[in-house]
Amino acid sequence: MRRDRLRVAAYSVLIGTVLLALWQAAVAGKPAGKSIPGPAAVAATAAHMLAHPFYDNGPNDKGIGLQLAASLGRMAIGYTIASVIAISLGVVLGLSPTLYRAVNPYVQVLKPISPLAWMPLFLYTIRDSAQAAVLVIVMSSLWPTLANTAFGVASIKRDYLNVAAILQLSWPRRLVTVILPAAAPAIVAGLRISVGSAWVAIVAAEMLIGGTGIGYFVWNEWNNLALTSVIFAILAIGLIGVLLDAGLGRLSRRLSYQE
Amino acid sequence: MTPYLLVDHVSKTFPPADGRGEGLCVFEDVTLEIARGEFVTMIGHSGCGKSTLLNIIAGLERPSRGGVVLEGREVPRPGMDRMVVFQNFSLMPWMTAFDNIRLAVRASHPMWSRAEVAAHVHRWVDMVGLAGAETKRPAALSGGMRQRVGLARAFSTEPKVLLLDEPFAQIDALTRSVIQDELVRMWSASRNTVFMVTHDVDEAILLSDRIALMTRGPQARLADQVEVKLARPRRRAELIDDPEFLRLRTHILRFLVEGSLAPA
Repeated sequence: MRRDRLRVAAYSVLIGTVLLALWQAAVAGKPAGKSIPGPAAVAATAAHMLAHPFYDNGPNDKGIGLQLAASLGRMAIGYTIASVIAISLGVVLGLSPTLYRAVNPYVQVLKPISPLAWMPLFLYTIRDSAQAAVLVIVMSSLWPTLANTAFGVASIKRDYLNVAAILQLSWPRRLVTVILPAAAPAIVAGLRISVGSAWVAIVAAEMLIGGTGIGYFVWNEWNNLALTSVIFAILAIGLIGVLLDAGLGRLSRRLSYQE
Repeated sequence: MTPYLLVDHVSKTFPPADGRGEGLCVFEDVTLEIARGEFVTMIGHSGCGKSTLLNIIAGLERPSRGGVVLEGREVPRPGMDRMVVFQNFSLMPWMTAFDNIRLAVRASHPMWSRAEVAAHVHRWVDMVGLAGAETKRPAALSGGMRQRVGLARAFSTEPKVLLLDEPFAQIDALTRSVIQDELVRMWSASRNTVFMVTHDVDEAILLSDRIALMTRGPQARLADQVEVKLARPRRRAELIDDPEFLRLRTHILRFLVEGSLAPA
């Protein structure tokens, strides 16, 4: 077990080193402007940006920490709204096979729509780009949680519901002590997919709405032709994505159960 | 006088799978009267619908015809007056053994404080020999230990009727006899009315006051009822030489094997 993990770590480091070396070799000796920056240049920018992550010199010049915080804040609002809607609706659909089948065609049509496609409608109706971005996040993180919750609730073992019926648990109690814990593994699996798609959507949404956020930052740095910043921001986006997923992975382990 | 628990001309027909035709009649016209404090066991082959009948008494399934009356009132829906001990235990796997019992105690005693509930749960944990295992989840417990939780959950709510659905079928033989003895001990103290379903003849004779025999399904019928007049407490070791035990055992086994009745 320990040996295995050591070996995996060794391979990981090796692969990373090779990729960095290939990157460096590909750009070495080429004049700036003819190729993307190399790892060394990106590392220098990263060190500089991480030294002052929260500075604020006006609308077009903020530290990367502030930009990430803006994105995460926006996402927290949209994701929370979406999760509450999706879990509530999912429980209802999961408990009623008829309703589930009646609503399913609409969900199937809405699901494959890129959340960004809604942006013009949101901008037109609410006329506030920050809120429109939040709504894009809602649209991006609604469907996986909804589908998983409905499935999880629909597949709760009859036995558990029978026990709840015999004990004559009130509706709120039944929901909190039986339905939600029984469906929790499926719900969290949905939440995990949703947090990923929300994080993917936020970058694109912020490129469109501008102002603050990591997506806007990437686009702004591209306009400044500051490619080292763009590359560092891309890596930061990936890293935050990993952390979000790990957080929900931990939650999933806590709520899982063995029959 | 109406009996304490009355299963009144109950039939169960499952609708046909293709939506046409007559459907499958599992059992027909079963009438069974159970007195207060009586331990009645129904015995029959798999497929005679005895678990279905138990579920109908519990209110978990609807009869096609007939009904169930408890203390003069029809009981078509599940309720705390009829607790079930399930063959597959049906414990909430995300809760500890303690919390599984506590869920039932809280439901049956809504006015109790948390401390009172906890004390009652602890009493039952000790009573069924779960002490030390109460913080574990069902997946970490053996079949025998899980059914101890199931029994504690049912007994702790002090139901009017206990419904035992092949409670020992999934427990290994050695543990089974220990838990059977524990069941007898708890039942002797509480004197609940019990309806049990099993296909284990020895178990039925050891535990019951009366045994109801079902013919083979489909269209199973209640063929006969046998009084068990062995004195309690019954000891396993003494029973096996008891002529009355042997007579009952032979009678029931012959019925099950031949599917018809020999004179008792």
